[in-house]
Amino acid sequence: MSLDLNNTRKDFPALQRETSAGVPLVYLDSTATSQKPLAVIEAMNDFYRHSNANIHRGVHTLAEEATALYEGAREKIAAFINAPSARQIIYTRNTTESINLVAHTWARANLKAGERILLTEMEHHSNLVPWQILQAERGVELDFIPVTEDGLLDLDAYKTLLGRTPKLVAFTQMSNVLGTINPAAEMIRLAHQAGAIALVDGAQSVPHFRADVQALDADFLAFSAHKMCGPTGVGVLYGKEDLLESMPPFLGGGDMIKEVKLRSFKPNSLPYKFEAGTPAIAEAVGFGVAVDYLTEVGMDRIAAHEHEITEYALERLEEIPGVKLFGPSADKKGGVAAFTLEGVHPHDVAQILDRDGIAVRAGHHCAQPLHEKFGIPATSRASFYLYNTKAEVDLLVNGIYKVKELFG
Amino acid sequence: MDDLYREIIIERYKKPSHRGRLDPHDIQFADNNPLCGDHIEITLRTAADGTIEDARFEGHGCAISQASADLLLDSVIGKPLEDVKRLNKQDVLDLLGIELGPVRLKCALLSLKVLKAGAYGLGEASDELVE
Repeated sequence: MSLDLNNTRKDFPALQRETSAGVPLVYLDSTATSQKPLAVIEAMNDFYRHSNANIHRGVHTLAEEATALYEGAREKIAAFINAPSARQIIYTRNTTESINLVAHTWARANLKAGERILLTEMEHHSNLVPWQILQAERGVELDFIPVTEDGLLDLDAYKTLLGRTPKLVAFTQMSNVLGTINPAAEMIRLAHQAGAIALVDGAQSVPHFRADVQALDADFLAFSAHKMCGPTGVGVLYGKEDLLESMPPFLGGGDMIKEVKLRSFKPNSLPYKFEAGTPAIAEAVGFGVAVDYLTEVGMDRIAAHEHEITEYALERLEEIPGVKLFGPSADKKGGVAAFTLEGVHPHDVAQILDRDGIAVRAGHHCAQPLHEKFGIPATSRASFYLYNTKAEVDLLVNGIYKVKELFG
Repeated sequence: MDDLYREIIIERYKKPSHRGRLDPHDIQFADNNPLCGDHIEITLRTAADGTIEDARFEGHGCAISQASADLLLDSVIGKPLEDVKRLNKQDVLDLLGIELGPVRLKCALLSLKVLKAGAYGLGEASDELVE
């Protein structure tokens, strides 16, 4: 069943705008951040207009409303990824902070010098640098699952690298550049067999297809609201309960404590143990509504729609002489098309497309090592979400022909 | 917007006059724009009286970054090296003949940053050089 695009697009106020007079916006940058449906914007607006108060401990009406909304969103998010309990949903600022939380707490408590962490060559900087910091600080060793020429993880090499008995395997479920969807369930099964725990970077996957942490058997899953129709400033770390229970706290402060004396404290129970200070309350409420919105549209429909658009986009882009696409074929990837155009720098491509209202991203997309691997400093990247259309892909293709003409 | 890709910029990008590497050289400096991956290296030779005898650039990046390097070297060859230290952002924009937003400004100013860092004999280029 395909999406009723006219209705979907109508839900997003930003998609109704023009970038200049008579030039409607063609938003192909959802991998960086998605647009927000009106329901999410209004939920946050309503929160500030009617229910704004600090959460927990307050006994007045507004504090109770705010707490109920904030915790209600947590329940919705738990259901969305099929977490056994909302206690396992830790609010963070974003995926980056979620991964850093694991690096600061679980890893510092559990990893000694010489012990290994297994990553991949296609990671976003947010799943590289926290471990590099740990490497410098603790002397842990990092290994990397290689990426093949066609943009897939080399799973034979993965099995060999597991022989070095890593304590943690941390990988992206979907590459933000290549679009590659990695076989997460199989990779986690192998990690567990080798005695490692598995952290999944779900920043790109959770927004685009059904996430089920129990089916995956993921130990940790990190994702951000803003890439899935929600606001910036709020993300989630899901963790298995025994792991979260065993971990020391992250930031210290209000809300993460059960009891404080002048020289000591007792940490709070889950999930509050990891949530110090006043959180992004309105944003969490907006996140809950974003999850409602995606659930109502249906994640399987969204995935099917994106697959159709991606298949069409790859086919059309491939026809353009001088265009080189990166990543696997449409059946192995999500809605991302990273490409180079011979003789034209990606920044120039993006800038010229912008003239026609087409928003694509250019650069290394926070995956510099991956670009180095392919011997290119940067790519242009078009990405697709539930609101994109084939007509927009056609506009992108026409735009690229205009770039070629200008640089001809 | 069309102005951003004025003919002179596309022309200089495709057929630069000063691309290459001078050997021997008196000054060599290189830097990147980490945001875009633009890279510029400038090599330069001075005469006994301190004028710039010749200069070349190597690198890769967007049309703005590469064209501005070529135009910049065009404008300084034959001039005293001391004059380079007085060049600023506006001088580069005048050479390009365009206005730029904050992101693309970094592309345009990379070559000036490299040239000035070389002229001052600095270990590292800083953005203050092109304020």
